[in-house]
Amino acid sequence: MNDAPHIIKVGIAGMETVQAPDIIRTSGLGSCVGVVVFDKSRKMGGMCHVMLPDSSMAKSGSPNKGKYADSAIDELIKMLLQAGLKKYTLKAKLAGGAQMFQFTSADDKMRIGPRNIKAVKDRLSLHGIPVLGEDVGGNSGRTIEFDPDTAMLTIRSVNKGVADI
Amino acid sequence: MSFIDKFTISHLDALKEAGNIGAGHAATSLSHLLDRKINMHVPSVKLASFDEMMDIAGDSDRKVVAVFSRIHGEAPGNMFFVLPPEQASRYIKIMTGNNDFQLDKPPLDEIGLSALHELGNILSGSYISSLADFTNLDLYITVPALTIDMFGAVMSHGLLEISQVSDYGIVIETTVAEASATGQITGHFFLLPDPESYHRIFLALGVESDE
Repeated sequence: MNDAPHIIKVGIAGMETVQAPDIIRTSGLGSCVGVVVFDKSRKMGGMCHVMLPDSSMAKSGSPNKGKYADSAIDELIKMLLQAGLKKYTLKAKLAGGAQMFQFTSADDKMRIGPRNIKAVKDRLSLHGIPVLGEDVGGNSGRTIEFDPDTAMLTIRSVNKGVADI
Repeated sequence: MSFIDKFTISHLDALKEAGNIGAGHAATSLSHLLDRKINMHVPSVKLASFDEMMDIAGDSDRKVVAVFSRIHGEAPGNMFFVLPPEQASRYIKIMTGNNDFQLDKPPLDEIGLSALHELGNILSGSYISSLADFTNLDLYITVPALTIDMFGAVMSHGLLEISQVSDYGIVIETTVAEASATGQITGHFFLLPDPESYHRIFLALGVESDE
């Protein structure tokens, strides 16, 4: 068996959990928001990559829970509780929600980034989970990597380099 | 039946033909603009999960130059022209005669960026106008937007409409390459019609659609 740390990849509209020494990553966040919910003392957490703010936007049945901010966060917390974490120890960090293209028209779709950010924060606060750090908005894409050992979220962007929160 | 199950081979073929016409005209425009011979590759229509789409032109965090056009009219949708930064720099050098231009070295020259924007305008415009002629649908684009960023971040912007009805998307992809160069792919066109547009496109092309 291989004991070397793995990088767990979370796809768009996906979610996964992670336990140190493994780390977890999601790539190419544009207007999407990447959220990590974790327990630092247990060195464990989970990440989701949400595309849309609200599962009521689904126009077809049985929506993929990871796609929407509200259902993704509910599901992620459920997974972490099932893994033995306690809700009151959970903290969150988030990144993304950019506006990738600048338009003059005030099309509602162009505001999907800010709407995603707000929906994520609202849902986290509904669960009483504090947000310890965020790198949101702007107009750059982001790739994020979370290390549950240090609870550090590393954010990489094409134009602004690397930052830790 | 889910959105994606409604598609048959003849539907996909019709979409392929639409991509062929659009990109064919855009390749001709590119060829005129650069005074170079440009080859177009046979288009492909991919039914793919969002995850697969994020990696369709390489890794999702690969840096690309992307020109995004929102298509309005009878069959709305999203269109991207995506090319590697090195290739974009090369085109800018040819267009402006400024041999020092590097997209990797900010601050970027205004004239160079403007030329790139114009290249995007011309290619997107010729793609869409030929598609409109072919389908006899009223289609038009507003001024395209330009960005230099991660492919996945760019592509996800084009998935917003389809993501509300499906976990899969359809992308009509055509690649173009300079004939003289080492056969390297120079650019990708991605056409992503909105979910409700497929029915109209199929109707316009005389392919049966059960919606």
